Amino acid sequence: METINAAQPILQVRDLRVQAGSQPILKGVSFDLYPGEVLGLIGESGAGKSTLGLAALGHMRGGCACVGGEVLFRGQDVFSLPPRQAGMLRGRRITYVAQSAAASFNPAYTLESQIAEPLRRGGGSSGPIARTIRNLFRRLGLPQPDIFGARYPHQVSGGQLQRAMTAMALAPEPDIVVFDEPTTALDVTTQLEVLAAIKQAIREEGSAALYISHDLAVVSQISDRIMVLRHGQMVEEGTTRELIDTPKQDYTRRLLNVSHAVVPAEVREDARDEVLSIRGLSARYGSVPVLDDVTLGVRRGTTLAVVGESGSGKSTLAKVVTGLVPAAGGTLTFAGKALRPTLKARDKDTLRRMQMIFQIPDTALNPRQTVGEIIGRPLSFYFGLPRAEVERRVADLLRDIELGPEFARRYPSELSGGQKQRVCIARALAADPDLIICDEVTSALDPLVAEGIIKLLRRLQEEKGVSYIFITHDLGTVKAIAHDIAVMRRGRVVDCGARDAVLSPPFHPYTELLFTSLPTTREGWLEEALAKRPDPDALDGTAPGASQEAGQANARTGHRRGADRPVASGMGG
Amino acid sequence: MVLTRLIAKRLFGALVTLWFVTVLIFLAVECLPGDAAEALLGKDATPVAVENLRAELHLNDPPVERYVGWLGRVAVGDLGKSLTTNRPIAPMLATRLSNTLFLAATAAAIAVPLAIILGLVSALYRGTRLDRVISVLSLASISFPEFFVGYILLVVFALNLGWFPVLSGINPDMGLGEQLHRIVLPALTLVCLVLAYMMRMTRAAVINVLSNPYIEMAELKGCSRREIIVRHAFVNAVGPVANVVALSLAYLVVGVVVVEVVFTYPGLGQWMVDSVSKQDILVVQICGLIFGATYIGLNLTADIVAVLFNPKLRHPR
Repeated sequence: METINAAQPILQVRDLRVQAGSQPILKGVSFDLYPGEVLGLIGESGAGKSTLGLAALGHMRGGCACVGGEVLFRGQDVFSLPPRQAGMLRGRRITYVAQSAAASFNPAYTLESQIAEPLRRGGGSSGPIARTIRNLFRRLGLPQPDIFGARYPHQVSGGQLQRAMTAMALAPEPDIVVFDEPTTALDVTTQLEVLAAIKQAIREEGSAALYISHDLAVVSQISDRIMVLRHGQMVEEGTTRELIDTPKQDYTRRLLNVSHAVVPAEVREDARDEVLSIRGLSARYGSVPVLDDVTLGVRRGTTLAVVGESGSGKSTLAKVVTGLVPAAGGTLTFAGKALRPTLKARDKDTLRRMQMIFQIPDTALNPRQTVGEIIGRPLSFYFGLPRAEVERRVADLLRDIELGPEFARRYPSELSGGQKQRVCIARALAADPDLIICDEVTSALDPLVAEGIIKLLRRLQEEKGVSYIFITHDLGTVKAIAHDIAVMRRGRVVDCGARDAVLSPPFHPYTELLFTSLPTTREGWLEEALAKRPDPDALDGTAPGASQEAGQANARTGHRRGADRPVASGMGG
Repeated sequence: MVLTRLIAKRLFGALVTLWFVTVLIFLAVECLPGDAAEALLGKDATPVAVENLRAELHLNDPPVERYVGWLGRVAVGDLGKSLTTNRPIAPMLATRLSNTLFLAATAAAIAVPLAIILGLVSALYRGTRLDRVISVLSLASISFPEFFVGYILLVVFALNLGWFPVLSGINPDMGLGEQLHRIVLPALTLVCLVLAYMMRMTRAAVINVLSNPYIEMAELKGCSRREIIVRHAFVNAVGPVANVVALSLAYLVVGVVVVEVVFTYPGLGQWMVDSVSKQDILVVQICGLIFGATYIGLNLTADIVAVLFNPKLRHPR
């Protein structure tokens, strides 16, 4: 730290103002970044984090314009560089790691040729370039580093791609790396590995970094300093420990508390009657098995949380229950009656009693219908209510979801993400269902907004006695809403039971792995979690009957083998 | 493995489509009013004479029998004799087809590269004056009917300036240079017809690709606009571009009747129109079949090109 402060800042952002049309995105943000320092930028969507990160490279997204202030790299304004020099700055002196590596690699070229692109422009010869890249692959723990680069983006897993993109950013030995939510799209166990690899690599390279995330816990594990942004303005800035331990601003405290102060849902031992019983369920896509012998029950008036990583089969489970995917075997009993396997075979009343809420509210709402029409549709469709009655019920439902009656005349495009999800909840409630399946309903929302949705769902359950299946990969929300938890992995239920039984020792090893991989703001958590974590593949005591991607299994082995290495040396240094 | 299976599947699909086309052609010709016997003998023919000629031409056989017979003969390359001139069809077809292909190939050799380059340029300079000029000119060129464009070119370049001949008829005795000189005007007319579609599709496909995050990534890696368009965007736009190129090429072979008539060019389309009016059904059928096969073949090629440019299919996991 002492040496850092003695040096000249490598990047200076001075009162930066950015507008999209007349809409301000950044309202005058200033900070300094010193050589070798990692600055975390944290905030909710719309805070201007990405705009700020991209501005460090002298880049503005379409429609945005810099209307004031400056960004100085080694004292030079990055926006006024001639194109040739800007080309040498980007991709060589300041590099960028994007959120979705899968979308940010060009599908038409091999990984190595894309990583080498900025190096070749610098006039490097191909031999040393290839060696540099292979060394980085090795250091980032990628499998078979000598041939890994010959693969195409679609041939490797998401975690590997994210590391390959980190390699692309580090290959030119840049002065600054901008990480824009690099682990947000990853599963929690993969996030842990990638986070450790990134931390290790930037420390070894001595590059400075801007680390952008909406997840305070993730940022706190990797940054020296943290800056909190909101609505394009700085809320608070300080060293990581200061900010976490003694936050000065109320907004920072609220962000911190999202993951801490969840009051668990009240234990419901009284509820014994199962509204939905799933017995020995299996399903397949073509010849690929995705669900294998799944047995679960949802108690009336309670919430069953189904947690698992991508490919675990949790969304398929929802599709089988709703009849979108027919079961290959097993039985479903709903409200005392056997459920027909397909949607078409089910009668209207059965359809009414089971409703669904989706992950992305933007695409789940018809943009050409008003909120009133959207919520009113189930009322006229299932109950055949006359128009006046529908309008009255819509107003009631809007009150239930804490929106005013005036919202009935608005269109989805006029609502925020959280409001749209509330409308989706009201639409589900309008059918007066026994069971609502919530498929990742908070995953696309900011933490504070997601917290509000969880509270709403809990209140509605208490008032109306509706049951939920709450499917999520976000383990943080599980404690807040679940009465029962089922942990899925590769198409099987590996652990299930009452919430407190599942979340207290003795743990099932995979459940433990999932929950210990959930980032916290505690100092040294990342290193500890990596050192303590069990071997994910040793958990495959039972044959993975439903591994969705056979190729992925190999990829996973590669991950972990690699991840062990940086940890060992990282702990030493 | 995946690739060969996919291509085999497309090939099989193309063959089925071609067979379906033969059925359609046969049915369509069946629906023509009158028949060859009436057309050959004219209005004053006695019913007996017409009936005799019908028997001679097998026109009284049941349709299924005639269809199977025709398909079998075509399949082994026996195209028969023209009903009106009584000369073998095959050599005439060869001349006409090669004339049409020569004209089409010349037009394509100009139109395809030009369209793709203009498409890339207008994607590169999207929203600028250059983009708008290219857009307006190419739209104007397809908005005029082809005979209009053809006659305007004739008036200006053949009659007023005298640079090119008015009649575009070519024969095998001419050298390549003279043949090319003669077909400049019809080829230009065709270029005007197909250029805009390909240009606009290239522009749209490239612009569509430009919204991908990997394009922003390329910018952030310091690539120039040109590198981004040519290296990062165009390779991923090949699929839709190949499709519109195939359709345009097919149009060059099939849709040129009017241009052939305007420039009195001895091509396949003109021959087919003549034969329809003369009820020369064998010629009509074989021309129809060749047009159908051209469409199917070119679309098949476009499909295969799109598959070959898809890295996920070329390099399976």
